[in-house]
Amino acid sequence: MAKTAGTIGRTVDAVDNWVNERAGVKAFWKQHLSEYWAPKNFNLWYFFGSLSLLVLVNQLLTGIFLTMHYKPDAEYAFASIEFIMRDVEWGWLIRYMHSTGASLFFVVVYLHMFRALMYGSYKKPRELVWVLGVAIFLVLMAESFMGYVLPWGQMSYWGAQVIISLFGAVPIVGTELVEWIRGDFFVADATLNRFFALHVVALPMVLLLLVVLHLAALHEVGSNNPEGVDIKAKKDAQGRPLDAVPFHPYYTVKDIFGAGVFLLIAAFIIFFWPEGGGYFLKPDNFVMADPLVTPDHIPPVWYFTAFYAILQAVPDKLMGVILMGAAVLILFLVPWLDRSPVRSLRYRGWPSKIALGLFVIAFVRLSMLGLAQDASILELRFWTLVYFAFFILMPIWTTFENTKPVPERIPS
Amino acid sequence: MSETEPLASVQPAPDQSRRRLLLASTGVVGAVGVGAAAWPFLASLRPSQRARIIGAPVEVFIGNLEPGQMARVQWRGSTIGIMRRTERMLNDLEGLAGRLRDPDSNNADQQPEYARNLYRSIRPEILVLNIHCTHLGCVPQVVPEVGAQPFDANWRGGFFCPCHRSTFDLAGRVFSGVPAASNLLVPPYSFIDDDHVIIGVDPEGAA
Amino acid sequence: MSTMIRSLAGAVLLLIAVPGLAAKAGNLDSAGTNVFDRASLQRGAALFVNYCMGCHSMQYQRYQRVADDLGLSEELVEQTLLLGDQEISDYMMSSMPYEESADWFGKGPPDLTLTARSRGPDWIYTFLRGYYLTDNGWNNTVLENPAMPHVLWDLQGIQRALTETVTDDEGNSVTVVTALELDSAGRLSTEEYDRVVRDITAFMEYAAEPAILVRQRIGVWVLLFLAVFTFVAYLLYVDYWKDVKK
Repeated sequence: MAKTAGTIGRTVDAVDNWVNERAGVKAFWKQHLSEYWAPKNFNLWYFFGSLSLLVLVNQLLTGIFLTMHYKPDAEYAFASIEFIMRDVEWGWLIRYMHSTGASLFFVVVYLHMFRALMYGSYKKPRELVWVLGVAIFLVLMAESFMGYVLPWGQMSYWGAQVIISLFGAVPIVGTELVEWIRGDFFVADATLNRFFALHVVALPMVLLLLVVLHLAALHEVGSNNPEGVDIKAKKDAQGRPLDAVPFHPYYTVKDIFGAGVFLLIAAFIIFFWPEGGGYFLKPDNFVMADPLVTPDHIPPVWYFTAFYAILQAVPDKLMGVILMGAAVLILFLVPWLDRSPVRSLRYRGWPSKIALGLFVIAFVRLSMLGLAQDASILELRFWTLVYFAFFILMPIWTTFENTKPVPERIPS
Repeated sequence: MSETEPLASVQPAPDQSRRRLLLASTGVVGAVGVGAAAWPFLASLRPSQRARIIGAPVEVFIGNLEPGQMARVQWRGSTIGIMRRTERMLNDLEGLAGRLRDPDSNNADQQPEYARNLYRSIRPEILVLNIHCTHLGCVPQVVPEVGAQPFDANWRGGFFCPCHRSTFDLAGRVFSGVPAASNLLVPPYSFIDDDHVIIGVDPEGAA
Repeated sequence: MSTMIRSLAGAVLLLIAVPGLAAKAGNLDSAGTNVFDRASLQRGAALFVNYCMGCHSMQYQRYQRVADDLGLSEELVEQTLLLGDQEISDYMMSSMPYEESADWFGKGPPDLTLTARSRGPDWIYTFLRGYYLTDNGWNNTVLENPAMPHVLWDLQGIQRALTETVTDDEGNSVTVVTALELDSAGRLSTEEYDRVVRDITAFMEYAAEPAILVRQRIGVWVLLFLAVFTFVAYLLYVDYWKDVKK
């Protein structure tokens, strides 16, 4: 008995060594988990990175299984969703996990981005981490937009119609461009087919690649923290930051607990509130796409409404599109717009605090206005102005405001 | 490498027993959770309700089936042969036992209990058989006549699979020495009346 | 810091407080359906087949599923629900061909499988109670000038509208329906008729999402399990973090 155990043990070790000599698993484990030195003072806001990863895995897994039953054909797409909801065992659960996951993806990503803005996580040396993160956000927007078209309901169809038409604002080649995107003279089977290919194959690969790069860039420079203290400045004799803990086990157990709380919320929505009050699954999308009947009101899904509101703030189509694009792309510039000598809001002056507060209010308010049918144009413009002012004026207040001295070590 | 030097920020607790217990509990509960979460995904791959409905029982009229003649129907994607065997065919079956791999239908997977007899059928003369070869799924030819064949000099009538030369008698029993290892499958079936057989439904009272 | 969290939380609450999108179009009566009331669903199924399926289909719902979910025996479904030579495994299709009906009515009767999800149960309930007779035929408080006549009129009776002329925001005087009044009684009392409509609505609510019958029951166990997991994970987290010096 003991002899057998010994043999098994030796075999496992041998296999382990064999693999390790060839793939460097242990080095990888050390570099990214057991000897990835993370600041010891992560707070609630630091859950959302790992939660984004959890949701990504959920989307990939449920997506693969949905693909096994879904038909990317304008004639059968809508019916195949109902087939999944009714005839496939547990199909309803997998579908709700995917549709709820899409909304929750944006919830955690928005909170993750807010964290970065609050603690200056984009500042030197983490500019690339931020830039890659914004790229992920961009791809995620494209991914979710195309995914939303697949059920081929009225909202899928007319949402695609509206969003694709925006490209018609491009001078000279606009019409040509729109036809090229649709692959037809209206949103049609060809559009559905290519969106399917992009949604299930192309964009997920890009997304995964960007996520790997985002993490690689982060682990190269190390994580920021709520104090914005550079923990690498003070190290022990072995070169380990004094104010850090190894990511594994300390943050793995913490993130597992965080995942539990998150899954509780997700499961509640999936099992008891899958339509999310009409925000996650729109009532109109339970009607099959009909090119002859336009719904009264075609708002985008909640996570796009802020940008949609910015589009509506300008009466000129081209200018609206440019402004909407700028609203996303300007995020790329944040590391260079922020001139503050400190990272975290905790050590900044009142202008930074007010600016970030106003920005959040503007974003939330724009999200609401983008959903409304009768938003006042004046209000739209006011909050659009606030949104852009946050970025454009950032170099000014971050240069002139008074900051508090950042301690050398993380205060206890 | 002096691995003993402790981390500045971490002071591991001297007693690790509570931690080991909690690690084990989290691991076990987590594993149960992952297992339970895997179930819906695996179950979603089983035949859907639609497939089950398309795979519903098939009713066949056999009133006009001549002795020695075989009708073919599709059930769940398989070809089901229904043959009205002649007196001669039935009489031949007993004598073949020595040349067969499983003459007494001992392999219980290959027929329902009610078809586990010499004729491998409910009524001796009516043979109902999934005629896909048990080797690799080809559909064998029916060669009912008695006489020397290229593949068997003492042929008493039966099924010959052209794919890999497996042979079966007229009860679907496999001969020794061919690639196929088991008898042809008898699907669940029953009689509605004298002239109607239904494929996919066990006789009343049979499991 | 904490003010920031508070303002963020406030903003999030504000966002959630926007009324649900499902509740569009003005004043709908609360349907008060209970999809877990099996008897109500059974009555609703029979009523739906009798009164609605002359014209409307449920093209994604099978009789078999109704039988299984509502605890009806196959024999009963075959005797009472199936139309013509339909099989129990068939979808619930109306016997009226869609193209022909589109010719007769100008617009084909819409499929009703998912109406309870696209319009909401309250809409269906209010719609079926909202028919009134005018000099030009049937009208409805929820859906103006409906293509569909009031097929339940012999049950409900005939309602007439009490109207009032008001001036709208733009200064035009318009006639609005303020109330409906029963002009001649039908076979059922008002309460009985409301129950009939509620049963039909409940059945349509179920048919729009058959999984509704199981998902909440399963959800309770999932939440309980996750609560246990999260609790153990919390203890583990606290235990490890005792190591970390403040």
